[in-house]
Amino acid sequence: MKRLVVTTLILACGLGAVAAEGDAVAQRRALMKANGDATKIVVGMLKGAPFDLAAAQTALKTYADAAAKMPTLFPDDSKTGGDTSALPAIWENKADFTGRFKKFGQDAMAAMATITDEASFKAKAPDVLNNCGGCHELYKVKKG
Amino acid sequence: MGRVLFILAVLVVVGGAGAWPLSAPRPRFGPADVRALEAGGDAAAGRIVFLAGGCESCHASPGQPDRLRLGGGFELKTPFGSFYPPNISPDREDGIGDWSVGDLANALLSGVSRQGEHYYPAFPYTSYQRLTLDDVRNLAAYLRTLPPVAGRAPPHALSFPFTIRRALGLWKLLFFNKTALEPAPGRGERWRLGRWLVEGPGHCAECHSPRNLLGGIVASRRLTGAPSPDGKGKASDLTSAGLAKWSADDIVEALNSGFTPQGDALGGAMAAVVRNTAQLPPSYREAIAEYLKNLPGSDAPLGPPRPTP
Repeated sequence: MKRLVVTTLILACGLGAVAAEGDAVAQRRALMKANGDATKIVVGMLKGAPFDLAAAQTALKTYADAAAKMPTLFPDDSKTGGDTSALPAIWENKADFTGRFKKFGQDAMAAMATITDEASFKAKAPDVLNNCGGCHELYKVKKG
Repeated sequence: MGRVLFILAVLVVVGGAGAWPLSAPRPRFGPADVRALEAGGDAAAGRIVFLAGGCESCHASPGQPDRLRLGGGFELKTPFGSFYPPNISPDREDGIGDWSVGDLANALLSGVSRQGEHYYPAFPYTSYQRLTLDDVRNLAAYLRTLPPVAGRAPPHALSFPFTIRRALGLWKLLFFNKTALEPAPGRGERWRLGRWLVEGPGHCAECHSPRNLLGGIVASRRLTGAPSPDGKGKASDLTSAGLAKWSADDIVEALNSGFTPQGDALGGAMAAVVRNTAQLPPSYREAIAEYLKNLPGSDAPLGPPRPTP
């Protein structure tokens, strides 16, 4: 019985590792989808929906988390498959690509520290959002 | 390869003595008209034409952040090869500083250069032809306020037979309809403005329509979307059918901030488009939305249904 349990645990670790490697595309798509959902809220409030500080802070935290994790999710073997929207330009310009996430994360965290009410939100949130288009212009397959 | 052989076959069939006069450049304004066109021009109004036309997206010097330095040289990749848009700054040596309003009008409205040669339709005069003479006059006034930039763009990198510039005269007979926008009684001002923006300087159809083997837009499927020229991704269907899940407000928002209703940031060439549409008066974005939301979709299916992104 003990042998069975140990063997199963070892196999599970192995399979888990394999699944994690192949999962880079799925993970980064999930992070970006979360960013999109956060953006819906941020843009909504910028356009006049009732301001909610907690929601704004949560959205910014989502951006900061994504910015921290995303650069690690583009290993060389993840260029295709999984319906990825990543363009080859990412691997040709890795330093620029990674640098943009760093700036995005910094902007999001700076905003988290300084956004305390609706006025500061409306003043500072657009700066964070300005990071999105530049990266998508160069590194994401155009779907629109 | 198939495309090359097809075009060669077309050239052979049409060839001979008939092709030469048929393919002649036909600039709208001759030398006498050109002299008459100089007066006036409102640079502020010209700036609106410049933004609506998205000129900087192709003509700004690459590798530097000032979008008003129009030295040309950006590489535009297409199935026909790479095009390098020219220097359109007011530099007298390398730009268009010595051009008259008439020269600019012939370029934008007839697709003919100052030297009397055809332009490749990568320069979308097929859409720009809907600018009025006043638009051209105003645009000329605005362009003259911009900084002169030295240096010429490289020549286009095309392969034979696309190098035969004269053959564009035949292409124009087929695909350059030179018709004004149809009268549309009963349509309001905002719809008309939207139509002018979309079908004219906005030149949306140039990317958002399927093209045939000769590179002409398939008229019956205009604005229904197309695969990206570089083979990755697509330009979406902008008819009311394609935009069924977008409200007019969503369209206005996207043209202002680049964000879609899903919170995605428009990428690829649309990022450049939004940089320009965001600077237009808000009523212009609303006009574009009104026109698109009223545009009938095509009945012909484009291909296998794509999964919703």
